[in-house]
Amino acid sequence: MAKYEPILLKNMLQPGYRGLLEEYRAVGGYTAFEKVLKEISPAEVIEIVKKSGLRGRGGAGFPTGLKWSFIPKDYPGPRYLCCNADESEPGTFKDRQLIERDPHQMLEGIGIACHAIGSHQAYIYIRGEFDLGAEIIQRALNEAYAAKYFGKNIFGTGFDLEVVLHRGAGAYICGEETALLESIEGKRGKPRTKPPFPAIHGLYQEPTVVNNVETLANLPYIINRGADWYAAIGTPKSTGTRVFCVGGHVKRPGNYEVPMGISLREMIYDIAGGIRGDKQLKAVIPGGASAPFLKPEHLDTPMDFEAIKEVGSMLGSGGVTVMDESVCIVWAATNLMEFFHHESCGKCTPCREGSAWILQILRRIEGGLGRPEDIDQLIMLCGRIEGKTVCAFGEAEVGPILSTIKHFREEYEQHIREKHCPFRPNAKLVMAH
Amino acid sequence: MKLKVLSEAAREKIEAQFPKYPDKRSVCLAALRIAQEELGHVSEPAMIDIAELLELTPVQVYEVATFYTLYNLKPIGKFLIQVCKTLSCALVGAESVISHLENTLGIAIGETTKDGLFTLKVVECLAACGSGPMMQINDRYYEQLTPEKIETILGDLKREGQSKLATGPFMLPVLQG
Ligand SMILES: Cc1cc2nc3c(=O)[nH]c(=O)nc-3n(C[C@H](O)[C@H](O)[C@H](O)COP(=O)(O)O)c2cc1C
Ligand code: FES
Repeated sequence: MAKYEPILLKNMLQPGYRGLLEEYRAVGGYTAFEKVLKEISPAEVIEIVKKSGLRGRGGAGFPTGLKWSFIPKDYPGPRYLCCNADESEPGTFKDRQLIERDPHQMLEGIGIACHAIGSHQAYIYIRGEFDLGAEIIQRALNEAYAAKYFGKNIFGTGFDLEVVLHRGAGAYICGEETALLESIEGKRGKPRTKPPFPAIHGLYQEPTVVNNVETLANLPYIINRGADWYAAIGTPKSTGTRVFCVGGHVKRPGNYEVPMGISLREMIYDIAGGIRGDKQLKAVIPGGASAPFLKPEHLDTPMDFEAIKEVGSMLGSGGVTVMDESVCIVWAATNLMEFFHHESCGKCTPCREGSAWILQILRRIEGGLGRPEDIDQLIMLCGRIEGKTVCAFGEAEVGPILSTIKHFREEYEQHIREKHCPFRPNAKLVMAH
Repeated sequence: MKLKVLSEAAREKIEAQFPKYPDKRSVCLAALRIAQEELGHVSEPAMIDIAELLELTPVQVYEVATFYTLYNLKPIGKFLIQVCKTLSCALVGAESVISHLENTLGIAIGETTKDGLFTLKVVECLAACGSGPMMQINDRYYEQLTPEKIETILGDLKREGQSKLATGPFMLPVLQG
């Protein structure tokens, strides 16, 4: 692992580093925030971030500087920044580590982003289950307020900024940016129709930017070391490093920060130690549960936004889930569909009803009662969800189904032909409830 | 205004959240959490109290309480065990953790032990996918579970109310030295 220089994990990889303010300050913490407030105008910060090529780490990979530039410049009312610490995409566990091991990095990023978009109020939306993470962020906020990095007249520049920790209460959909805004407003987390986009009508209908924890954590380094330095890491269109979360059947699961563009093969076999028990690789999800499955033939694909998209999947949240030859693909697809069905917020009929229907068919196939027409029925149902929902959850839930049918159709057919699961012969039929 | 079930202390905690937001309604999630901490679950009378404090209608609170999974609408055991069953955990043995817990505790998913100590739930991904199988018990995570570890954790909780096997600040792979 010493091969690549970590940026975001660097501090926490020092033995004894606990992420306290004094430790963060000893490695240059908050100097980038001070620098932008004293020397760099908001417009220039946006230019620097655009030039760095930084793209969102939350899932969609949207260029960060460009997103900020959509905030109306002359808007007279308040604007908001929301830090997305919902981390709920299955397979993803990086923000948790960034938060619990080095929270000030993210807080400093929030400060820089607020300066860039002219916001004086930020909310950190953390998923409700992260009790320890919430305690650690609150402790870090208290430290930062005591040191006058937040509050009134920061660094004597006249810039005011309040940062509030807002805890969720259990709902995957609140990671979706507009559902997140609804949740901060104290409502059910149901996504809003876009447009209008949050940059125009966001939190409390005011201009708002939502950025992921990892995206924000990169900002201090981009400011201090420069856009050119950052842009030189990774590939021309997917710059910088990325913290990939590798889980499933690998020998050394974990969070690994590498330049974007290394191959899936290197990630799985070199960095994460290869497949447990030296079995064969069967399938891999490269970017969280919403990303379509890939096969061993895709192992030499570079892990950057474009290349992964080209082979029919997406880099998404950076959660890499590895499955060995013993895994039943229909079972894996059923497991994920249970997740999506459970988490569908219920707003859009195609997603709410379609997820239940798809799950029922998958359970039937896995349980040995599949019908020959079921596979085409699944494809048809997916087509009626995709692109027909308010948020991207619709695309997310059909990804695992369509991709497993595309790459492993024969395995679906075998289940139906032989009337049982070849991998789990005793799998019982469970109907949707 | 007299509250039905929430204490004055809970009222103070809820009101202390108001300055954080331009709108009191934003405090709804936090208020439900505070009520649950005090009462163990959120009952309808507690929702009515919250509606009073936040100047909302009871149904505006009810719809939030019934949307998010972390609010218990019925009383539960002292320790709420939530086992993750999503793919990454399922690949490394979540099913056997669930059946081990069912057997050890003598309850099925969704039930509470007779002594009122443990409630068992199965939940979706908790962002610990590299360190599965895992479970959350009250406010702490327990990861890389084995049958032996589970025994120790349950024993610790019964005796001391907490367990040293809870995960601290997260790091994976774990730092050497
Ligand atoms: C169903 C769904 C769930 C999402 N969950 C998360 C999440 O847990 N964390 C996150 O940062 N982004 C999540 N996103 C992406 C956000 O909507 C948003 O694009 C992101 O937070 C923007 O930040 P970025 O530009 O820094 O990536 C999700 C999107 C969808 C459609
Ligand atoms: S799959 Fe179990 S914590 Fe993510």
